[in-house]
Amino acid sequence: MADEKTNELRHPKVYASWETRAYWEGAGRGELVLQRCRECGTVQHKPRNICASCLGESPESFVASGKGTVYTFTITNQNGQPPFVDHLPYVMGYVALDEGPRVLTHIIGIDPAEVTIGMAVEVDFQDQERDDGEQFAVPRFRPV
Amino acid sequence: MSVSGNIAIAGVYEHPTRWAPDKSEFQIMAESAKGALDDAGLTIDDVDGLFAASMSMGMMGTVDLAEYLNLKPNYVDGTNIGGSSFVAHLNHAAAAIHAGMCDVALILYGSTAASNAVAIGTGGIHGTNRDPYASFTGPYGMTTVGSYAMVARLHMDTYGTTSEQLAEIAVATRYHASLNPNAKMRQELSIEDVMGSRVISDPLHLLDCCIISDGGGAIVVTSTERAKDLAKPPVLFLGGGEALAHQEIGQPDLLTVAAKQSGDRAFAMAGVSRDDIDLVMAYDSFTITVLVTIENLGFCKPGEGGDFVSGGRIRLGGELPINLDGGGLSNNHPGMRGIFLVIEATRQLRGESDARQVDGARLALVHGTGGALGTSHSGVTAILGVE
Repeated sequence: MADEKTNELRHPKVYASWETRAYWEGAGRGELVLQRCRECGTVQHKPRNICASCLGESPESFVASGKGTVYTFTITNQNGQPPFVDHLPYVMGYVALDEGPRVLTHIIGIDPAEVTIGMAVEVDFQDQERDDGEQFAVPRFRPV
Repeated sequence: MSVSGNIAIAGVYEHPTRWAPDKSEFQIMAESAKGALDDAGLTIDDVDGLFAASMSMGMMGTVDLAEYLNLKPNYVDGTNIGGSSFVAHLNHAAAAIHAGMCDVALILYGSTAASNAVAIGTGGIHGTNRDPYASFTGPYGMTTVGSYAMVARLHMDTYGTTSEQLAEIAVATRYHASLNPNAKMRQELSIEDVMGSRVISDPLHLLDCCIISDGGGAIVVTSTERAKDLAKPPVLFLGGGEALAHQEIGQPDLLTVAAKQSGDRAFAMAGVSRDDIDLVMAYDSFTITVLVTIENLGFCKPGEGGDFVSGGRIRLGGELPINLDGGGLSNNHPGMRGIFLVIEATRQLRGESDARQVDGARLALVHGTGGALGTSHSGVTAILGVE
């Protein structure tokens, strides 16, 4: 596979707050979690403990389909920071989820030169190796 | 009485250094302050408003700077919204002077990004940041160039814009730099040179990216009434606007950038039309930045930017010359270059730009972009003119 080095990349550790914890814990269970306002019904990402459309309190988490299309992307050939410096090139992009919001992610499982805008993709999780007891994972996407 | 036309730029100074391992940020700011005050025919004792930002100034940064300069200003503004900050400072200074909060505003910037080996575009952003929201970008290897590259890819896919068209911007800007003795990169480029340079973050090539230099600058702002008695002809502040663009709740249009909102406000305040503008100074962190900026400012329709920048139209002598000092692509880019946009616009409107002077320039538009276009950014517009 042409993106073997990208697949070997171990994403840096994520940090969760009370407002973002459900997203990373959901990923750890293999679920892509979004938020929907209990009052106005608006779906939002990134997570926050208010609805950024109506300022309604306590939006609820729900499990999204994990399916979407590539909104835009870039093949990154230069990034001096570890671990990325050892895993070039990688494909970073936004995936427009079927539920509406876009997530920034990596497109994996495909030769970077073959990635196109509009391509159908689905989520794939990389579990994080951590020593703090957190069961977090990083969502990436691969072609359907 | 409106702020438009009643506030003026009285002095400017672009620090000539592009490499200053022997200087601090504050020293570059202080030397620039001296230059701009001399240009205006004022002294540091006349300054009662301090406006500043830099890549290292955080909380208390303006206080530390005031101590360095032994200044006790009546008005302080340390707004830091990235490279556009200094255009915001100009707008804020105009508002403050107009409101009677201060009389002479000094706007300062200094940076040793190059001599400190700061990888501005490719060093990664949010990579090791423990901010929980940074975890949505940092673990994916977000870089500044990568953020802009995603906008470029989307523009190409949506409108058929080509890498050759983006290269036109780099070539025109380098031509302007070739006419600027202070510019860091002065050897002219061809489209082929840009296309042949290595791809940093597809579709952006090395020569689609700004350079990295040290540098700094200063601007002195006061009332037009007072400026008329000073050393240089006043350059009038006619209109301004600012805007922020971000990921909203997950579905922003990445091709509608902050320039649209800030530009519309600036034009409305100035009471001039796009056709009246003689030159544009648009933040050129990358070639794509210029292209989407001019579309969003309304100089052409969305999607027409590729044609607009081609065929010499943005070169000196063209329909709308852009970035006449050689821009961040070729003159200087110490990390936050918004101040130089205002400085070159001022020089142009005074007729001081020598070989790169736009003949008879009377109206200039300045637009600063701060942050990263594909993730979150600020946009600040100012329209300047001479009577």
